[in-house]
Amino acid sequence: MTEPLLSTHGLKAHYGDFQALFGVDIDIKQGETIAIIGANGAGKSTLMRAITGLLKNEPDAIKLRGESIGDLSAPEVLERGISMVPEGRRLFPSLTVEENLLIGAHTRTGNGVWNLASVYEVVPVLKDRRDHPGTALSGGQQQMVAIGRALMSNPDLLLCDELSLGLAPVVIKEIYASFPTIKERGASVVVVEQDIGQAMKVADRVFCMMEGRVTLEGTPEELSREEIHNAYFGVSA
Amino acid sequence: MILVDTLIQGILLGGLYALFAAGLSLVFGVMRLVNLAHGDLIALAAFVILSIGTALNLSPFVAVILAFPIMFAVGWGLQTCLLNHVLGDDILPPLLVTFGLSVVIQNGLLEIFTADSQKLTAGAIEVQSLALGPITVGVTPLLTFVSSVLVIFALNQIFYRTRLGRAFRATSDDSETVGLMGIRPNNVFAVATGIAMVAATIAALYLGIRANFDPSIGPARLLYAFEAVIIGGLGSLWGTLAGGVIIGVAQALGASINPEWQILSGHIAFVVVLLVRPRGLFPRSKD
Repeated sequence: MTEPLLSTHGLKAHYGDFQALFGVDIDIKQGETIAIIGANGAGKSTLMRAITGLLKNEPDAIKLRGESIGDLSAPEVLERGISMVPEGRRLFPSLTVEENLLIGAHTRTGNGVWNLASVYEVVPVLKDRRDHPGTALSGGQQQMVAIGRALMSNPDLLLCDELSLGLAPVVIKEIYASFPTIKERGASVVVVEQDIGQAMKVADRVFCMMEGRVTLEGTPEELSREEIHNAYFGVSA
Repeated sequence: MILVDTLIQGILLGGLYALFAAGLSLVFGVMRLVNLAHGDLIALAAFVILSIGTALNLSPFVAVILAFPIMFAVGWGLQTCLLNHVLGDDILPPLLVTFGLSVVIQNGLLEIFTADSQKLTAGAIEVQSLALGPITVGVTPLLTFVSSVLVIFALNQIFYRTRLGRAFRATSDDSETVGLMGIRPNNVFAVATGIAMVAATIAALYLGIRANFDPSIGPARLLYAFEAVIIGGLGSLWGTLAGGVIIGVAQALGASINPEWQILSGHIAFVVVLLVRPRGLFPRSKD
């Protein structure tokens, strides 16, 4: 069996005295897209923060290609090839669109195909508005800047936290239209979503979380609507 | 003509105040830290220039070049070993720590250099003047003002045109998210404070050539610097130059009416600007 690109083993996370994750086990294979679904407060974003080093953990709780990375800082995790599109986009207001993209490659450019030109090729509107402040764009365009910024480091694993939050359905569709291109160019992707339908469309496998635990795992084809409902809400349909 | 002469003298004096303030403005712009020891660090830089100049028998204009890396290292070390540990959501710890640092620097300088007044001797340039039509200006004040414009210009270029400046601004915006870009905020802060200390060293050069200095001069320099930064708008580098010039002109005008009013006039100008524009003249939009 091939070693997963990333795996978590009994991952726990705390905010002070409050425990947000209770022993989460997931694994992501090379080239795979997985979706993590769950209601508000299920622990999805906490899981992303733990993987990216924003929340410190036990070293062995997270492994990247077998290397323990659970106790690394966010810059150290990025250096190893994991980048994230954070919830709420979190563009830098003082930076233009182009500067927001460039800062994604500030310390790591990787060996992949993503650079300013290839991001502009996938999202031409960003080139037209490259000198505008990043936060002056529409919500959908800001989300594309945030995705482009994360791609600029040519990550092996791209984490996308709540891409569709606060966006119109048509905009969400446009954003997800760029995913096949991202996958083709080699990155494995984790999508955290509350929009179950969208998650099922893009994912090879789905993990459902509730109250800090993984309650369901499977491919979109394997999982029935009723199983997802039960795992998502913790009640019988 | 006397009024024009007074205004020009005030503008040139404002250049010195802008130099006092440039480092303070940079540090505030990057990490929202009000460094109450800034004036004392300017005094420290003046003593460093003096010591190098005396030990190696160098002009202050040469000694300052050797002082740059020393003061950069002082700034970098202070930020790394002390200030980074107190930065956070609560603004009180950094204020208290920099206040304590101010006391430590003053007493340290007093112990090493005594309370005797010192001066940087730059030779003939101190008394040379330049005739600009009917107006005569001193070469040193003119050089001070030109230096302040160059320092502000250079800091502005670093802040808005370089990769380092991009990291400064992004870290100032969101010190957590920059970690996801591979940037270590504490390193960025240390470099910013190092650069601020280089600017403070240039201020110290002209301060030491213009007037006597001793270990206790820091707090008054901090006051002028602080007023210039506030008048200009927190975090705005060109605003800091404007703030320095406004204080300088107000002092020169006050002194032309009555020499006893010089210092008071600068403070009154500060209060008036605050009343009219509480966020300063050119505040950064995000502040």
